[in-house]
This record gives sequence, structure tokens and C-alpha cells, in this order.
Amino acid sequence: MTSMRTPLKKVRYLGSAKEGADHFWKQRVTAVANIFLGVFLVWLIASLLGADYATVKQKLGHPLIAVALLGLVVSGTVHMRIGMQTIIEDYVHDEGLKVAALVLNTFFAVFVALASLFSILKLSFGA
Amino acid sequence: MAVTSGHGVRPDRPLSPHLQIYSPLINMVMSIVHRMTGAALYAGSLLLAWWLIAAATGPDYYNYFLSWCDTWFGKLVLLGYTWVLMHHMMGGVRHLIWDSGHGYDLRTVDILSWGSLAASLLLTAIVWVCVAMGGI
Repeated sequence: MTSMRTPLKKVRYLGSAKEGADHFWKQRVTAVANIFLGVFLVWLIASLLGADYATVKQKLGHPLIAVALLGLVVSGTVHMRIGMQTIIEDYVHDEGLKVAALVLNTFFAVFVALASLFSILKLSFGA
Repeated sequence: MAVTSGHGVRPDRPLSPHLQIYSPLINMVMSIVHRMTGAALYAGSLLLAWWLIAAATGPDYYNYFLSWCDTWFGKLVLLGYTWVLMHHMMGGVRHLIWDSGHGYDLRTVDILSWGSLAASLLLTAIVWVCVAMGGI
């Protein structure tokens, strides 16, 4: 049945979804964190050039290094997930395709995060 | 008389000019490159995860990972990765400056846009000079 109400009437006074500012702020906070953690990553890799496996394992398992790496993975995957969400929402207009892309985006970010976090923890705690 | 309104009717109104009409300005180019480098880093996160997984797997697999990095293709990817990371980082700093409400006059916009490009190239060069000298 066709509604006589205009779309504007349906949404008026409901307010926004309250997610816009949260998305904006999360992207900025993780961006600032990523500056420091990105510099740390470049330093870490440069300091491991030519190192043998035992040295790499020991260094990546060091508490301070591991904590910074955990921070990088969390901040980085949150940042890239909501960044890619914006790209998808800008360019994918078909509703079904968009929802599918957004779900795949979340799966990808979670996969990268879990695989990386598990590896870091295994290097720290594992035998 | 032509139908110009109603469900499913798209009247033939003039559209505002789209991107291809304008000659590219440095801030436009840096804006879209920021998005492209972001998307590249998204894919590149797999490489970071692969590195960590390889280190957590054991010496044999870690050396296999390193043998990939040591090929000319691997080095090219890592060089590209470095620049993409630096460019996105410098672009991010530029956007944070703009988020603070500063730097919107045309001269500053140009300086920030060219500056982020120059800084990304300089930082990439510094990192790879360190790499060429065998690490830090």
C-alpha cells in the first residue's frame, strides 16, 4: 500500500543515526595513533634487517615491542575498516551489493586483526 | 507538453560540471591519491599479517617469507609500500591540520599539498638509504 506520508515526514524529529560524529572521531583518533605506530613499525623493520630468526623472535616477543605491535594492529584495522566503509558507501550504489561489500570489509579487517594479534601473542607467550 | 515530474520521470535538467571538466589542481590530485594509498594500505595489511604469521610459525617458514622479500619483485612491493605508507601518513597530517580549521587559504592549500608529496618522497628515500646501508 502506498503511504501518503512523505519520506521527510517519516524521519523528521527522529534525529540522525548518531553515528556520523562517532565515525569521524574514531577515524581521527586512530589516525593520530597510526602516525606514531607507523613510525614505530618502520623503525622496527629497519632494525630487524639481516637479523636471524632467533633475534627476530626475541625482539617481536619483547613486551614493549609486542604491546606497540598490538596497538598498531588494533588501531590500523579499525582505521582501515571505517576508511574502506566510506569508500564503499561512496562508490557502490546498489543496496544489496553495498551491504555485501560492507560485510566482506568487516570480515577482512577482522581476519587481518585476528591473524596478526594471534601471531604477536604466540611470539610473546608461545614456546 | 513534456512530463517533468512524477514517479520514474527524470527531467532533462542541466547537470553541474563533474570532475573531468576541471583541470587538475594539486589538492584535488593529492586528495584522490590519499584515498588510493589508503586502499593500497588496506591490501598491504595482508603483507604485515603474513610477516607476523611467518615469524610466529617458525624459522623455516620465516626464511621462506624473507626469500620472497629478497626477490626484485618483493623489493619493488616493499619500496612501493614504503612510499604509500609515507604518502598516506603525510596526507593524514595535512587533513588533521585542515580538521583543526587552519590552512584554508589558497597559498597554504598549495604548500600543504605539494609539501605532503615532497615529504613522502623524502621520507621514502631516507628509509631506503637506511635499508641500503644495511639497517639501523
